[in-house]
Order: sequence, then structure tokens, then C-alpha cells
Amino acid sequence: MRYVSRFSRTERTLHWVNAVCFLYLLATGLILYLPILSVAVQRRPLIKDMHFWGGIAWVSLLAIVALGGDRRGLLRTARELERLDRSRFNAGQKLNAILTAAFTILFAVSGVLLWLGERDTRYRFASTVILHDGLMFAALALFVGHLYLAILHPTTRHSLRGMTVGDVREDWARLHYPEWVQARDRG
Amino acid sequence: MVEQPEPRRYGRGLFLVTVAGGLSSLVWGKSVWGHVSRVVSPVAGDIAPILPTQGWRIYTVSDHMPTFDPATWRLRVSGLVEKPATLTYAHLRSLPRVEQVSTFHCVTGWTVPNVHWTGVRIRDVFDLVRPYPEAGALQFVSAEDPYVDYLTMQQALLHDVMLAYEMNGKPLPREHGAPLRLIIPEMYGYKNVKWLAGINLVAHPQDGYWEQLGYDRDAWVGRSNGYSSS
Repeated sequence: MRYVSRFSRTERTLHWVNAVCFLYLLATGLILYLPILSVAVQRRPLIKDMHFWGGIAWVSLLAIVALGGDRRGLLRTARELERLDRSRFNAGQKLNAILTAAFTILFAVSGVLLWLGERDTRYRFASTVILHDGLMFAALALFVGHLYLAILHPTTRHSLRGMTVGDVREDWARLHYPEWVQARDRG
Repeated sequence: MVEQPEPRRYGRGLFLVTVAGGLSSLVWGKSVWGHVSRVVSPVAGDIAPILPTQGWRIYTVSDHMPTFDPATWRLRVSGLVEKPATLTYAHLRSLPRVEQVSTFHCVTGWTVPNVHWTGVRIRDVFDLVRPYPEAGALQFVSAEDPYVDYLTMQQALLHDVMLAYEMNGKPLPREHGAPLRLIIPEMYGYKNVKWLAGINLVAHPQDGYWEQLGYDRDAWVGRSNGYSSS
């Protein structure tokens, strides 16, 4: 069986750093957000610190991987995501990637504003917490859809191999991403 | 040879619109969410009861929430008073019972409308302890060490300030300050001290827990802590 390379080491590292940090921030954030978990876990000052510094680590790690990895490859990927045409990514994957990037910026800005607002009223806005909470719901919806397609849906779950070991079956790629494989074949 | 037009780029536009929309929501988010939540919250509450659809978030400053034991709990009222008193839970509940429906505002931006509180007015506690004329403020001491906060005498005697022991028809839940919390709807939540253990009458108000970290001592909703309107 033939395999074709799908995601670079840098892309995979960026993806998994983002995934692990997102789950960590989701877990600590839900403890702060849901009353039932706030009561069960308590230790709010500790959880707040874990959440805030976890967020700083998230953005920092993404920046380190992006700057220290294959920058040219990432720029090529970004240009692919820009266009509506089918290529290595379908429209849903492009939408997911673009929204995830935008949400990362918004999570970081609103999170820092929440942290600063607790220390200085100049940074306090009545809607910051609504933006941060709303982002969580939107990101969670994207995440659940992404997880279903990557792990459960029979015809798409093979894609997980691309994001773990880096390559996928050529016949599967030809079926799901014919334009991309043809472009590869042309060199 | 016909040159292929460069495919249009939409990704950057979508990214920028999403970021700009999100950032601008810092201005309009709360008012829009107020309308949306009236429709969404009842449905979401039925689908996922663990969601904070009523709007409450549970904020604490220490690692553990105090626990309430009716047999041992006491409210100590002391300081500049003629007759310091130590009230049991039963004694507290025997005082004239009042009810009110008011809106709870948190300084971080969330709001819970129409909360039904039951409790006692501070004036009725004063009838027991008889403050001295020089008592100009009240220090509210929480069992959640080191949380304290202050109200002036005038603020404490506003018509809808109360010591609440029931919320929405049930005994005050632990996370909301069981068995007793201060309610002053005109001020942000951090003045509404939870897990009340003591009230000291003093000459002048001082900075409470959050005021020592930069929050306003007079936490009027919409007129303090950097907000100019609610």
C-alpha cells in the first residue's frame, strides 16, 4: 500500500501543541465557569493561576513552534488556507483553521483583559467576560465537529493518521483530495 | 496561452472580520447578550442544567468554601454597640422576615436579574444591639478568611439592603454564602459579602478585600470601577 506525505513535522507539532493546550484551558476554564465544577473543585485562586499562565504558555508555545519550525512551509499552508479552491484542504477544514486562528487571538486578548481588569479599571469592560465565555462555546462547537470527523466518521477518520505519523494512504487521498494528489503528481 | 486568474483570497478577510467582530463585541456584547440570553437560557437550562444559564458564576478568594453547621454557626454583632450579640441561626430566622426581588450585578460584567431574596433588614439587627451614635460604618466579616468589606451606615440602611438567608425560595446554597450573605443590589457583587460570620460597627469605613486590590470602596452599579453607565 502506498502512502503520501500529508502534514509536515512543524504542522503536526503546531496542531498537537494547540490541541493539548486547548484541552488544558478548556478543563481549567470550565472549573472556573460552571458552578457545579467550581463547587466540586474549589481552590479558585490556584485554578485561576493555572488557567491564566496556561494561556500564556499556549500562545508562547505556538509562537515558538511557528518561528522555530518550517516557517516557509507554514506560510505556504497559510496561502492554501486563503483560497476557496479545493486543494490539500476542503472548505470545512479551511473554515476550521481560520476560525481557530481568529479565536486564538480573541481568547488571548480577552483573557489578558480579564486578568488586567482585575488589577486596573482602565482595562475593565463589561463585555470582556461575555466575549471570553462566548468564544469558549464557539470553539467547543468547532472542536466537537472536528473530533467527530477526525475520530468517528468512517470515511474521514483516516485523516488522523496524517496528523499523527504524517502520511495517508494514496487511494484515500485520491478519493478525498483529488486536486491535491493531481497537483503532487504534476510535481 | 490564457493566463489563469489568481484564485480570490477569502481566508484573510474571514480572519480579520472574525477578529474585528470579536474585539468590537467588547462594546456591544453585553447588551446583545442580554437579549439573546432571554431566549437561549431557558432552552439551554433544560438541555444542559449544569450550564450557568441563570448567569451566576461562583467566585471565591480562598481555597475552600466555608461549610455551614446550624448547630455551631453564630453571627457575632459587636463593636460600637450598647449590647453586643451573638445570634444563632434559629434566632436570626426568628427576626422579622422580609423578601425582595432584585438584580445582582458582578463587576466583571455578568448580571443575574430577578433574584428572590429572603432575610432580615439590618435595622432589625440594630434593634437588638443598639449602635452608639459614633458608629458610622459596618464591617462585614466573612467566614472565608480574609474576606471583609465595609458599608457606611447610610448605605447599610438603604431600603433594599438585607442579610439574606434564602435565595429563590430555598436556604442559601453553600456556593452563594450559606447560611447568610449581605445583599446590596445597588452595588457590585464584591460588596455583597458571602458566608457572613460577623458584623462589627466601627467609626469609619475602610478598604475591604477587593478595595485593597484597587476596586472602588463605593461600588455603585454603573458608576464605579471604571464604568460610567450600566
